[in-house]
Amino acid sequence: MNPLQERLKTKPDNLLSLFFTAGYPNVDSTEAIIASAEQAGVDFLEVGMPYSDPLADGPVIQQSSSEAIANGMNIKLLFRQLEQIKGKYKIPLLLMGYLNPVLQYGTEKFLQQARDCGVSGLILPDLPIEEYRDEYQSLFKKYDLSFVFLITPHTREDRIRLIDSLSNAFIYVVSTAATTGKQQDFGQAQTEYFTKLTSMNLRSPLITGFGIHNAQTLEQAWQYLNGAICGSAFLKKLRENNHPPAAMEALMNDLGLKK
Amino acid sequence: MTQLNIPDSRGYYGSFGGAYIPEMLYPNVEELKENYLKILDSDAFRKDFHQLLKDYVGRPTPLFLARNLSQTAGAKVYLKREDLCHTGAHKLNNVVGQALMAKILGKKRIIAETGAGQHGVATATVCALLRLPCTVFMGSKDMARQKPNVMRMHMLGAEVIPVESGSKSLKDATNEAIRHWINHPDDTHYIIGSTIGPHPYPDLVARLQSVISAEIREQLLQKEGTENPDYVIACAGGGSNAAGAFFHFIGNKKTRLIGAEAAGEGAQTEKTAATIARGTPGIIHGCKTLLMQTDDGQVQEAHSISAGLDYPGIGPMHAFLHESKLATFLPITDAEAMEAVQELTRAEGIIPALETAHAIAALHKINFKPEDIVVISLSGRGDKDLETYQNYFA
Repeated sequence: MNPLQERLKTKPDNLLSLFFTAGYPNVDSTEAIIASAEQAGVDFLEVGMPYSDPLADGPVIQQSSSEAIANGMNIKLLFRQLEQIKGKYKIPLLLMGYLNPVLQYGTEKFLQQARDCGVSGLILPDLPIEEYRDEYQSLFKKYDLSFVFLITPHTREDRIRLIDSLSNAFIYVVSTAATTGKQQDFGQAQTEYFTKLTSMNLRSPLITGFGIHNAQTLEQAWQYLNGAICGSAFLKKLRENNHPPAAMEALMNDLGLKK
Repeated sequence: MTQLNIPDSRGYYGSFGGAYIPEMLYPNVEELKENYLKILDSDAFRKDFHQLLKDYVGRPTPLFLARNLSQTAGAKVYLKREDLCHTGAHKLNNVVGQALMAKILGKKRIIAETGAGQHGVATATVCALLRLPCTVFMGSKDMARQKPNVMRMHMLGAEVIPVESGSKSLKDATNEAIRHWINHPDDTHYIIGSTIGPHPYPDLVARLQSVISAEIREQLLQKEGTENPDYVIACAGGGSNAAGAFFHFIGNKKTRLIGAEAAGEGAQTEKTAATIARGTPGIIHGCKTLLMQTDDGQVQEAHSISAGLDYPGIGPMHAFLHESKLATFLPITDAEAMEAVQELTRAEGIIPALETAHAIAALHKINFKPEDIVVISLSGRGDKDLETYQNYFA
């Protein structure tokens, strides 16, 4: 069992996860962000691997990605940074990005190093389910890494069930048909969608992202599903305040979680 | 269907192709994949498609024996006059087909990306004809260098959205179109203009463009008593025009297929778009193909004087044709293309598009036998490039 799977077992509900882009706002911000997330009680983190052509992402993540690349961030450096802080923090880490940089790095070498520096799993939105099942699943098992699939309001029920059967951490519920960073409050469409999902009695925890930016959206996510992931809203705070603890405090404030 | 049965049912041409897309795009791409062959084969589609190709696009386009060019080249050179299609390039063949398909699928609006603006103009044109709202994504750098096409799109009633991200050219225009599709999944069809993108797009576009090689065969049979030329030459950025010109000759041992790709300032310089010469296998815009990328797997920005070839990838079909030695790709520099513009203009009285000029320039890179029959796909006319030509030759 990897750290993320353990966390999901001990804390099944009201989960909060944050996404940030490695190398943003500074190339060496990684540890400070991880430390302040752990301090703030965030349940797990998605460490974004910056990519030149992030198709599923809106302007905020696009901008952070291109700045991070310009700052000199790459997979090799990220692994070195994570290796150096291995064991120092308990917060589980996922890597999130696009398939091409992983392929160029060498898939097995990538998975092995990810495991070696304490990473729990991967989210690669452009790796198709069928290809994961046929080509990658056994490698993920070998290195005890989870793979997280996305579903959207347009994903058919039989496909959701297939994804559920292949999942070994949680299912990433994209809240609305959109790229990342669209900040509207959740309405009837979302609550109906969330209700439909819970009524399917899936074995995987359901954690929603895309649009989590304030207390309303976080509460709704927690009310219907197991947790929420906040990305663009966190990156905006990091852009406004190039000091991770302060950015974290501002975000917690927006999410209604100020202690 | 080419003679090799490519792509396979999962959209692979050998190891290239496939559909590497986020789940948000899955329902739309799957819908297209499930339906495109059925629609292409249906009587209703075929009737409307062929009628529009004939009466609206102006097909068949002539196969013209270019006597003066033949003399310089030392072979019998025919020009397949795609530049005489309505809107001035081969792009309309694909758009007519995809727009009809979108209507059959019940879509209410159309989006497209464009580089040189030819695909954008073709899309805006067919959308005006079929009364479909149309949004075109175009890099701001390309909007500046292809102004006449921006004006044409506006006149035709299309919304042109300038793309400021990344390279500000075709690559990022494609990213923005895909992102827009993710945000508008219910009623929108995305007409990709080239043989790129997730399966089934490369195959769909190649089939719709295959009318070019079908006509070449018929016309050559009449003129030369053979369906098979010794060479077919076409320029290739994403590869739609080359795919159409090659389609019915792929795997045919009699005909050599030559793709002319944009080398920019030289295939071995930093400023190039010669993907076959410089690319390595990877993923771009939803398919596995050859692309120009860094060691870290970041997509590099391409450079070509021609906006339509300024793309760091190439269609998976072409990557496969190259890998399996079924086609040869020659890098043509900006300067060689510009020389070819003047050459064709003066020799035959035809001002070609900058993209097309790359195919003309390839004539000088091949040692022909005098009896060789060469067909060049004259993919587009040069009106849109007049400003670039004036500045260059001034």
